[in-house]
Amino acid sequence: MTAAPVLELRDVRKSFGPIEILHGIDFALHPGEVHALIGENGAGKSTIMKILGGFLEPTSGQVLLDGRPAPYASGAEAEAAGVVVIHQEFNLAPDLTVTENIWLGRELGRVFLDHKAMRAGTQALLDQLDTHISPEARIADLPVSDRQMVEIAKALSRKARVLIMDEPSAVLTQREVEILFRQIDRLREQGVALLYTSHRLEEVTRLADRITVLRDGAVVRRALRGELTEDGMATAMVGRDLQDIYPERRHSMGEVALEVRGFHVPPLVHDVSFTLRRGEVLGISGLVGSGRTELAEGLVGLRPATGDVRRNGVAVHIRSVRDAAHHGMAYLTEDRKERGLLLDKTLRENLTLSTLPRFGTPFISDAREETALTEAIGEFDIRAPRRDMKVGNLSGGNQQKLLLAKTLLPDPEIVIIDEPTRGIDVGTKSQIYAFINELASEGRSVIVISSDMPEILGLSDRVLVMRQGRLAGELEGERISETNVVRLVMGTSEGANGEAAHG
Amino acid sequence: MADQAVSRPASSFRLPSLSALGPLLALILLVALGAFLNDNFLSQGNITNVLARSAFIGMIAVGMTFVITSGGLDLSVGSMAAFIAGVMILAMNALLPSMGVGVPLILAGMGVALAVGLAAGLANGLLVTRAGIEPFIVTLGTMGIFRSLVTWLADGGTISLDFAVRQLYRPVYYSGLFGIAWPILVFALVAIAGQVAMRHTRFGRYCEAIGSNDKVARYSAVSVEGVRLATYVLLGLLVGLATIMYVPRLGSASGSTGMLWELEAIAAVIIGGTALKGGYGRVWGTVVGVLILSLIDNILNLADLVSPYLNGAIQGVIIVLAVVLQRGKKSSA
Repeated sequence: MTAAPVLELRDVRKSFGPIEILHGIDFALHPGEVHALIGENGAGKSTIMKILGGFLEPTSGQVLLDGRPAPYASGAEAEAAGVVVIHQEFNLAPDLTVTENIWLGRELGRVFLDHKAMRAGTQALLDQLDTHISPEARIADLPVSDRQMVEIAKALSRKARVLIMDEPSAVLTQREVEILFRQIDRLREQGVALLYTSHRLEEVTRLADRITVLRDGAVVRRALRGELTEDGMATAMVGRDLQDIYPERRHSMGEVALEVRGFHVPPLVHDVSFTLRRGEVLGISGLVGSGRTELAEGLVGLRPATGDVRRNGVAVHIRSVRDAAHHGMAYLTEDRKERGLLLDKTLRENLTLSTLPRFGTPFISDAREETALTEAIGEFDIRAPRRDMKVGNLSGGNQQKLLLAKTLLPDPEIVIIDEPTRGIDVGTKSQIYAFINELASEGRSVIVISSDMPEILGLSDRVLVMRQGRLAGELEGERISETNVVRLVMGTSEGANGEAAHG
Repeated sequence: MADQAVSRPASSFRLPSLSALGPLLALILLVALGAFLNDNFLSQGNITNVLARSAFIGMIAVGMTFVITSGGLDLSVGSMAAFIAGVMILAMNALLPSMGVGVPLILAGMGVALAVGLAAGLANGLLVTRAGIEPFIVTLGTMGIFRSLVTWLADGGTISLDFAVRQLYRPVYYSGLFGIAWPILVFALVAIAGQVAMRHTRFGRYCEAIGSNDKVARYSAVSVEGVRLATYVLLGLLVGLATIMYVPRLGSASGSTGMLWELEAIAAVIIGGTALKGGYGRVWGTVVGVLILSLIDNILNLADLVSPYLNGAIQGVIIVLAVVLQRGKKSSA
């Protein structure tokens, strides 16, 4: 121990409804240290950061600031106490200038604003960070890395003693990351306690004085600088057996249903080629922002894309969701609340929205819609207290089952499912896995895009890994293992049986 | 239990909720008040007068219901009506020497009105969907353009229909079928067709879906731009139809024709329970809204309870009240 911790969690548990997602976490941030918190998506990192930053209250356990119970109950109060969180989505007003943002809510001056003092204060902060951003620049005109700097300047202006950074490097280029690291080093020298999260393990090695590895809401490994290799980190993050929530796979694969060559979805996805067979479940893994969703949306005509796409050997051009449906392709979005379902409409209206022409012309047949809903409720085990309720009032799992029913209503031959179980309890998860498995055994082709590693491994016959908009590798059969996928996802140089070629 | 509850289809016949009945109750109260204050109120002459005057705004408001339901807005309809009336009268006067006074000339005039309405709606719709400009801005612009064009065509004065043609055209406003004036009949047909289209066709369902969340609609293979464009074109056509019924009433058009119709139409839609931000449309509610607005006007004119000059103030209170009541319902639900 170098010094007493500034901010500390003791035996913190957090439940959402009946599900406990943090199981007795002990975690401490020390002044003048960078503490890296790593783990797979869903391991509980964001929840811990939200609790530290005052955005969430723990269900039980203590949050201690300087050894005493933390005197804050909201993000704003935490900031006032010197605990500042830099979120992945920046908290800056895009139309205001750098100065206006930094002083937002604490403007200097009595009746009239003291522009001069605020400008000087901003300039001093920016100088301290050694950046050349103009205090008068509008946030909207700044590149992402500069916005990150403004966030840091804002945190400094609040006299941050604890700075919590949620994947700050995810949006930065390599050069910008270097600048960020220099600032982090500087803050560390000034005695600030830093929490750093990243999926890039080499950054953790470079920065962290302390590492805590999280898995399934519990701490599985604690280490000091130099005690853990990148490989060790990946193993610690992963080390988990597949539970039997996954159905047994007995897929007999047929002929090629979809062939994609040299597919580009500007600006992110480049030169992706793959094939998909009938009766196959193809997993696509990769970090958020690696282009998985963009690839899928490009394939079904939701984004402009170029490249060769063949359905059953015939070249097709898909420019809209309607074209995709015409060619027997359907896409289930990862964002069911904003892109998948009309939350203020009923189950029936949602179920039939994309296949409405089948329900009568010119007049929609209520009876046929009701029959379809009855079938969907039965087939997908949708549990709704009332048939005519608004979809927004359904639980996440039932929303997802309804969305699945909606997506499958046109009877597609190729189904692309983006994040099939995000924010869903484990019981519904296993139901959805069974549906996916059944789709494949009926001879359909399924693409499953997921950030959930066990899900990818438990469902897929074959796994594609995307990294920075390109295919980083393909794994099949025996070679589908967590370590191999993680290595491809992270781009660690050891390589997975020579598959981890970059690009 | 839960499963049982959902396995049974909901009964298809249900009473509308209290909030939906609100405007209807207000309408009934107004009628009772009118009858109480003036014996002439329920006479056939007065009822016909109120309904016939409501018809123009009413047809426009039905079209406006679709535009608003799909998340749009059209401020240009009043000016558009004036512009269509001006062009229609000029066209008929110009065709008079070659065609002579007769039904074909009237039909030609009607055709011109519908064509101009369609073109105007198409212009609004294309600017909104293709150019991607806010509907408020687009139609604020076209509102000024149409108004200015008709003033220019009239050279600052009035465009009048040839007297002989006017005599022939008059019955379209003043006469009717089975004792019901034509404008009322046409309005009734438009309202019924609108209600059916909103509730029972894909077009209505798509309008609600787009207004509710246009991203979801796009991801659900709905042609979002196409449907939006169609709502503006439909509204343009209905403005044309309303103008066809309106021109025989006065036989002229000027820079002040159709003044503030857009606000009355929007007000009727809102009073009727359609959400201004889109996502939910109620055509019969719009009809009730139109009737409420014209009844207030009529009652103030018949009874000397309150000065008719306060008409606008009372309508304003009703509009705000309608929205407040709807919001109260939402937060309690």
